[in-house]
Amino acid sequence: MGRFEALLPELILSIGGTILMMLAAFTGRRGSAFVSWLAVGLLLVATAALVGAPSHAGLVFDGFVSEDLFASFGKAIMFPAAAVAIIAAQGWFERDHEHSSEYSVLIVFAAVGMSVMVSATSLVALYVGLELTSLASYVLASYRRTDERSAEAGLKYFVLGALASGILLYGISLLYGFTGTMSFNGLAAAFGRGAPSLGLLFGLVFVLAGLAFKASAVPFHMWTPDVYEGAPTPVTAFFATAPKAAAVFLATRLCLEGLAPAADAWRQIVIFAALASIFLGAIAAYGQTNIKRLLAYSSINNVGFALVGLAAGGPQGGSAVLFYMAVYVVMNLGAFLCVLWMRDEDGRPVESIASLSGLAQTRPAFAWAMAFFMFSLAGIPPLFGFWPKLLVFQAAVAAGYSAFAVAAILGTVIGAYYYLKVVKVMFFDEPAAPYARLREPVQGMLILLAAIIVSPLGYLLVGPLGSLTDRAAGSLF
Amino acid sequence: MSSSVTGLPLLSILIVLPLIAGALCFVLKAKGARWTALVATLLEFALSLYLWAQYAPDGAQWQFVEKMPLGGGVSWALGIDGIALMLIVLTAFLMPICIGASWRSIEKRVPEYMAYFLMMEALIMGSFSAQDLFLFYIFFEGGLIPMFLIIGVWGGTERIKASYKFFLYTFFGSVLMLIAMIYMATTAQTSSIPALMAYDFSRQAQTWLFLAFLASFAVKLPMWPVHTWLPDAHVQAPTAGSVILAGVLLKLGGYGFIRFSLPMFPDGSLQFVPLMFGLSIVAAIYTSLVALVQTDMKKLIAYSSVAHMAFVTFGLFAMNRQGIEGAMLVMLGHGLVSGALFLCVGVVYDRLHTREIARYGGLSNNMPGYALLFMIFTMASIGLPSTSNFVGEFLSMVGTYQVSTWAAIAACFSTILAAAYMLWLYWRICFGTQRHADAAAMADLSIREWWLLAPVVLAVFWMGLYPESFLRPIRNDVGRLQTRLERVVPRSDSGLTLGKGAAHMEHGAMR
Repeated sequence: MGRFEALLPELILSIGGTILMMLAAFTGRRGSAFVSWLAVGLLLVATAALVGAPSHAGLVFDGFVSEDLFASFGKAIMFPAAAVAIIAAQGWFERDHEHSSEYSVLIVFAAVGMSVMVSATSLVALYVGLELTSLASYVLASYRRTDERSAEAGLKYFVLGALASGILLYGISLLYGFTGTMSFNGLAAAFGRGAPSLGLLFGLVFVLAGLAFKASAVPFHMWTPDVYEGAPTPVTAFFATAPKAAAVFLATRLCLEGLAPAADAWRQIVIFAALASIFLGAIAAYGQTNIKRLLAYSSINNVGFALVGLAAGGPQGGSAVLFYMAVYVVMNLGAFLCVLWMRDEDGRPVESIASLSGLAQTRPAFAWAMAFFMFSLAGIPPLFGFWPKLLVFQAAVAAGYSAFAVAAILGTVIGAYYYLKVVKVMFFDEPAAPYARLREPVQGMLILLAAIIVSPLGYLLVGPLGSLTDRAAGSLF
Repeated sequence: MSSSVTGLPLLSILIVLPLIAGALCFVLKAKGARWTALVATLLEFALSLYLWAQYAPDGAQWQFVEKMPLGGGVSWALGIDGIALMLIVLTAFLMPICIGASWRSIEKRVPEYMAYFLMMEALIMGSFSAQDLFLFYIFFEGGLIPMFLIIGVWGGTERIKASYKFFLYTFFGSVLMLIAMIYMATTAQTSSIPALMAYDFSRQAQTWLFLAFLASFAVKLPMWPVHTWLPDAHVQAPTAGSVILAGVLLKLGGYGFIRFSLPMFPDGSLQFVPLMFGLSIVAAIYTSLVALVQTDMKKLIAYSSVAHMAFVTFGLFAMNRQGIEGAMLVMLGHGLVSGALFLCVGVVYDRLHTREIARYGGLSNNMPGYALLFMIFTMASIGLPSTSNFVGEFLSMVGTYQVSTWAAIAACFSTILAAAYMLWLYWRICFGTQRHADAAAMADLSIREWWLLAPVVLAVFWMGLYPESFLRPIRNDVGRLQTRLERVVPRSDSGLTLGKGAAHMEHGAMR
């Protein structure tokens, strides 16, 4: 049974998820709080189950998936992030009697899909994992069915997502047709045989395009602002963190493992996507007045920086990507939890940046937490968000791409402007109407925890987290 | 190698103490926050004096060393030499004065204000004592955040534009330096500053590295033509903000040249001496002329700062002992004098709420005490012998003359222009007829203001009359820097040859 042992986290989640679905169907709306806490518990148990066999089992099911430290590291980030997305939804949907238990069940299934994504070592597993996550996501985006924006977000996401899946599948079929194999190792061997044929190159480009869509990297980012704005905020918090990290990890594994010999072919694509994401994410965010749209552009911008690490390649680049995404997930969850707390006196959610005016005077702790996340997303020291940026640039310089690193870092200066704008609104402007005070101690604790991690105290993590990401990235080579 | 007698991590305490006090301020009311900040900054000053007393000028290059690896190639490595020590003492000296200057003039959001000042003090202390490249960068850049907030919340009417300009300008300069730092750490396989100071990068790399660091330090210092953020930031910042900006933050640029550019890229520095001298000549003459036509007191002093900073770059890139020591003394002297001048502006601004020079006049009649102190600082700013700036500017000019006659001539002209704009400023404010009744009715200095300005007067004369106290700690460090620069010292254009006359015998002991 050694093989199934390696899949323990996935098994826990899929079996548990199915049971939760039954529970949800029979308890209806009354059981929603119960089911969501069970789902949180399930995700945490699955995280705990990562210790042991799942971290070093290697290839299982004839090379279909690989349960290595790389995959476990990805899951250890995504499962808790998914759990936070479930906690974030509490007290959000109740108001309009829409919250039933499917929300948590969908997130659990999305988590299964993501864990297949990060451990996939075959193109089939890659596609299956990606689609499982995407299908759950489409439903989640339109979860607030009475809200037009939410329905629009869901539809937009679905149509564009289906297109991207089509492109991805076409690329996969080209790769399979020209190599006769689905496994990453087989691909690596085929690419290693000499200069890749035109068909292989086309396949590679199409597959990367499909992945760029999921990671919302430019030029496949168009859906991001609309979907992030339209989807209910807890869902946006989920989209911006776990599935995005999964897509970046998947791209990392594919490029560094399956397509390693074709590095020259994909590197130029990744460099372009990185620079385009950084600059577009930074410049397009200028005129935004909605905080969720702003964070959407910020996430495009941040994916660009993660791709800088990928473009550098090698163990150092891979490690930098892992580190970057780990810190990115924490910063973004924190920022979105703060956005969740933006409610007017009647408890209705507010999304305009202007409503944050003078928050530093009315709610200093709230304002400081938000400021921490903003400075950290901008990568300004002494906050911890600076360190992952330093690591990706270090990887790029060590790989000999100094000019690329200089171009990318100029993007941080442009991007700093709009993060500063949020801080300016909170600290410099006169107070606007105060927000309602929420009684959500768990969410408050999570914001506090995220703020502590991105604070200068986070530098204590540099050693342990760095050696972990080094080992995780090392398992790809 | 810690030479600390007590074995306490003194530099860590120096950094952490204001942070704790700053956190405490957040939970206190206005009055408590004021006193907490004052006590904390005074403790810092006492601690810095203790460091000065304990520092052994003939001892190891790096003293009070601490090191704790954080993993991932970065470590909490602290340690200071004489140059850093003097700048730390300057910072700790100015901080309680800043708190005192804000005692009454800051009315809104006092606890936050005090907390940001303390935060800034911690970050500045960290920048001066960091011995790890990335740790330095974190402290160096981190200082932007509290200053951004101080200008933006408590500044004048144009505060928001000024705060953005300040932040983005300096941030832009620094990110290029960050890439250079990454390149250095990757190439040399170490991020330790002392190790890098002895590492020889290839000539070609030095060119680029020098330019990248120049982008950061030239903005920070500031040098012409990237000085334009400074007048805006100064004019909009509250008085204490201007004091700390002029007194300490600008010195980070000069410190950067001494600590990084010169010892780490000697060949790169030599290559760019003409550029540095060229920019300094423009700064010395052009910004002095600009200062001459200002109608706003703070702007005038801000432009004079840019002109004075030219003496720092002149001296440093002359690369000889007089030049470097002079540059160091100009930094210290300018820190005191420009800080004091901003305080003087603050004194009248608090009373009349305008910085227009034309709104004042004849203040020596109703404010004799103020006129006296203002006169002293004006003279010090001009560089009158027996005041602090004279020593520094003179040494810097002597050093410069050994390399470039033209640069030295420009530097001399700059002092003449300094006399012009400072004396004219003084004349328009303190002498002449009292044209405005409200200005004529202003009360003389209060006890609190005397307490703020008197220590600076003492320091100005101390440094002017017995500069040895300040030169002693840095002498060996300048010597080490000179050894490092020996093979690249720029050739003199004045063709000096050492004679063997009586003068030589007489002054032989000096050499």
